[in-house]
Amino acid sequence: MRESWSRLSRSLDGVTSPHTPPVSPTVAQSRVQTEGPRVLSRVIGIAGELLILIGALIALYVAWQLFYTDVQADREQQQVLDGLSWVQPAGTDNSDQGPVTIPAQYQFRDVAPPVTPPAEHTETFAALFVPRWGDDYARPISEGVERKAVLDKLGIGHYPQSAMPGELGNVAIAGHRTSYGKPFTDVDTLAVGDAVIVQTEGAWYVYRVTDWSIVRPTAIETIAPVPGQLDAEPNGHYITLTTCHPRYSAAQRWVVHGVLDYWAPTGHGIPPEMVEDLS
Amino acid sequence: MISTWIWNRLPGNGWVKSVIVVVAIAALVAVLFEVVFPWAAPQLPFQDQTVE
Repeated sequence: MRESWSRLSRSLDGVTSPHTPPVSPTVAQSRVQTEGPRVLSRVIGIAGELLILIGALIALYVAWQLFYTDVQADREQQQVLDGLSWVQPAGTDNSDQGPVTIPAQYQFRDVAPPVTPPAEHTETFAALFVPRWGDDYARPISEGVERKAVLDKLGIGHYPQSAMPGELGNVAIAGHRTSYGKPFTDVDTLAVGDAVIVQTEGAWYVYRVTDWSIVRPTAIETIAPVPGQLDAEPNGHYITLTTCHPRYSAAQRWVVHGVLDYWAPTGHGIPPEMVEDLS
Repeated sequence: MISTWIWNRLPGNGWVKSVIVVVAIAALVAVLFEVVFPWAAPQLPFQDQTVE
């Protein structure tokens, strides 16, 4: 291999070097005939190597996207949650009776809920619990829906122009359905009536799923203050989850709407929905 | 060939060359995973979850 390589480069030098002694036409002709295929095979060989490199790069990208982003994002999001002292995941009790659940007198339906103060970009201001996705499902909600700083890293993002929890209007949040910790991977399992629970430092907001739909990526009316009505004045407390659809694609969006069932101040236990048996 | 060209220019015997190649590939993959891919992903139209 090495032998033929140096022979090849020698013969190539012969073609390009200005010091090449003059050769008779017949010799030159025969040279061209043998050099031609050699140069060609070298070019093809290098092109082949480049193609293999590009293939390996694409394979690496797919492996990174499908597996490594989960590793990275899960780690990051768990750290964010652990950093929030007020988050109360289910199952973290020491008693034998199971976790303390919020008694009925603290579940407010007729009293206006406390409004969460606006958050800075990338600030984590709430946690999301969805009992349908497992009693250990707890994810941070951070301000912004920009991919690099929020969705790819912190998980669930809150549309900055949408309402904050407790504010009249629509709390719109977005999350990945595949990779990057995939907070909304099981979005298709949500049924009407399922609880979607947002906890902030001061309050629990328990929403009920009312409907879901698959829409075009441009369907901004889904995150309007009144879902589906672009110009309507806010008239209730809604929540909207948006994620991509189908899986591994950006062609459409899977959208879930919910409406506030009740709210409760923190410090009286966890919402009973978090320990209900859903099976 | 590019790979042959690189291999012939690495110092040491076959084992040393192999170690250098493995370390270089690991470093390359680390840079790709931590810097290049996270930057490239939002520019590619494969995953989006917001309505806009």
